[in-house]
Amino acid sequence: MPRVVRRERLVPNIHLLEVEAPEIARKCRPGQFVMVMPDARGERIPLTIADWDRDRGTVVSVFMAVGTTTRKLALLEAGDTVPIFAGPLGLPSEIGSVGTVLCAGGCFGIAAIHPLARAFKAAGNRVIVLVDVKAHYLLYWRDKLESVADELIVSSRDGLTGDTDYVPRHVRDILGRGRIDRVVAVGCTYLMSSIAEATRPSGVKTVVSLNPIMVDGTGMCGACRVTVDGRTKFACVDGPDFDGHLVDWVELYARRRSYFDDEIRSLCAWEEERFP
Amino acid sequence: MSGQDKIGPALAAEILAEFEKDWRKELRRAVPVKERIKIARRPMPQRTAAERSLDFAEVNLGLSAEEAVAEARRCLDCAKPGCIAGCPVRIDIPTFVKLVEKGEFAAAAAKVREANSLPAVCGRVCPQETQCEETCHLRKATGVPVAIGNLERFVSDIERTRGGAVVPSLPPPTGHKVAVVGAGPAGLTVAGELARAGHRVTIFEALHDAGGVLVYGIPEFRLPKSILVAEVDYLERLGVELRLSFIVGRTATLDDLRADGYEAVFIGSGAGLPNFMKVPGENLVGVYSANEYLTRVNLMRAYDFPRYDTPVFPGRRAAVIGGGNVAMDSVRTARRLGAERALIIYRRSRVEMPARVEEVHHAEEEGIEFHFLTVPTRYIGDAHGRLEAMECLRMELGEPDASGRRRPVPVPGSEFITEVDLVVVAIGQSPNPLIPQTTPGLSVGKWGTIDVDWATMATSLPGVYAGGDIVRGGATVILAMGDARTAAAAIDRRLRNGSGG
Repeated sequence: MPRVVRRERLVPNIHLLEVEAPEIARKCRPGQFVMVMPDARGERIPLTIADWDRDRGTVVSVFMAVGTTTRKLALLEAGDTVPIFAGPLGLPSEIGSVGTVLCAGGCFGIAAIHPLARAFKAAGNRVIVLVDVKAHYLLYWRDKLESVADELIVSSRDGLTGDTDYVPRHVRDILGRGRIDRVVAVGCTYLMSSIAEATRPSGVKTVVSLNPIMVDGTGMCGACRVTVDGRTKFACVDGPDFDGHLVDWVELYARRRSYFDDEIRSLCAWEEERFP
Repeated sequence: MSGQDKIGPALAAEILAEFEKDWRKELRRAVPVKERIKIARRPMPQRTAAERSLDFAEVNLGLSAEEAVAEARRCLDCAKPGCIAGCPVRIDIPTFVKLVEKGEFAAAAAKVREANSLPAVCGRVCPQETQCEETCHLRKATGVPVAIGNLERFVSDIERTRGGAVVPSLPPPTGHKVAVVGAGPAGLTVAGELARAGHRVTIFEALHDAGGVLVYGIPEFRLPKSILVAEVDYLERLGVELRLSFIVGRTATLDDLRADGYEAVFIGSGAGLPNFMKVPGENLVGVYSANEYLTRVNLMRAYDFPRYDTPVFPGRRAAVIGGGNVAMDSVRTARRLGAERALIIYRRSRVEMPARVEEVHHAEEEGIEFHFLTVPTRYIGDAHGRLEAMECLRMELGEPDASGRRRPVPVPGSEFITEVDLVVVAIGQSPNPLIPQTTPGLSVGKWGTIDVDWATMATSLPGVYAGGDIVRGGATVILAMGDARTAAAAIDRRLRNGSGG
């Protein structure tokens, strides 16, 4: 079974997981994800690949501890094993030389946006990175992002980064300041949909990395279906990247909330078992 | 179309040699045919519908030793048996049945295993009524064939409960490496055959448990997982290596595997892409593909939520769209998860239903309601995007279509709305495109199936073979296993001679 090399709390509730997975490390590209299951009775969930080390044969994912699965993952320590760490899945992001790219991320997406920014930079683009945090102390990977960004903008709502604004306003400001050729956004559904709405009037191509509920992650079940441009797509094999202006966000929100009550039940049952 | 429609001369000679052995002659003499045909078929003992529709334990209980011997005595031991030609993997059925009659159950199990790597599985899920039992001469004489499937199940269950299959003495290793993609019925069969021939076999499986459709699709109440575990354990004892959570096409491509020294590759990746009807509302919360619904319940054990973390909607009023075995599995699962009403919505009539008669019968006993000549036209959701009703349309049967079945045509103005909170779409699957997409030079047909030479199951790429649903589009466990045996023989020839198609 795949072995955990490192599990580290980056900021409150956000954790990094590095797992020994030489084949995945060799193959993965920006925008792809892995399916992870924390233990034998666990659920399979997709996690975006945030980094990798081909020489050491390890893959890094960053996640927010929210439900049962991610809380279980947050308790892993180096040397533990996980029954499933499978991938790399999904189509890699389309990286091209397009001009100026705005890479926006929030929550786990602050990490997930990093390999995209790095790849766009390496492809000769000017890269602006915009990250969204609720408060200044929730920012992580600033150094890594600064090393690949021509400009880093931190949007936080507590004023301590000199800013109390929301991400969409930043996006509109950036679009107003100069030409942007591509926007890519990774994070929670709310962040991605609000960025897509902010760029819609300008028509700048906005690529979002969707994270619907998945079971197998290989196209077999169709749990992850999303409507894009009026047609049903499977996020796991047709995506996860889609044109944010064509995504049916209302449907995606509803499908993401499919098991809201069950998720609470599951968490309560697990907490009673784990912390009696 | 499988290229093995008739028994070849070599197999016919082997069967004849067994037929002429002294013990067979003695058995035939001991009970004359006119007495054998008077014996009534032993029914499969089963749990009552009231009891079984509350849990996931197996419905059928299996024959006792006495019942099995009595059933075996019904077999006429024909000089030219019909049954073998009806079996896609060509089990020497008369020989194993007569071994049962003699009480030599272990020898009977070993006989089945010569041709069938998954006898406990096939004894449960094969459509024997359209295969070996359909071509049984006793059926022609009396209308009631020998219960070959029940006997296959009996001998393999005895074998398993008495310490498991004995690993045969293996030939010295040939040093050849073979990669098998997918641990479903086809892949497991190829792996078993080639390991017994002395080759080094590695199975690459995308999911975290081996079995393919046998583990994610077929429910516990029809095929307990412990049976599959025993079969996979046997393969591992044969020396087969299993790489789970390894997605060929993503974790490594087929070309990567060949570069890693695998001289032959068998693709048995299955029909892993669910079809939808593309009617409005199909993405509402509460509408599942059968693959998702069954995977949640079977592979992820949602029936034991929250002890297991994966949830599934229980559904108070459940409708399953389709008339095949997958639809029956889904609707009976919904029943077991507590649906007060569980409906089958099928666009043709009862006689066109592709599901096995036994499954339909079990479903009816469990209170499933069948709505024939009906199709869903739209799903209706509440303000939160959750399914609350479906609109259906009545059909009538028109002219026969390409499949020979009368085509259903809509009855204008017959729309009606019915309240449902769970819908499972079980109208079939398409081949999983992952391997064709990532394997340059692999020839694919217009429905996405991999093209093969049916005599050898060879694909357009030298050394690459395929079988099961990835070439058939959607068939049965046993047809996949038949393909696998053909492919294994061709792979073995190729590895030994450097040719073989």
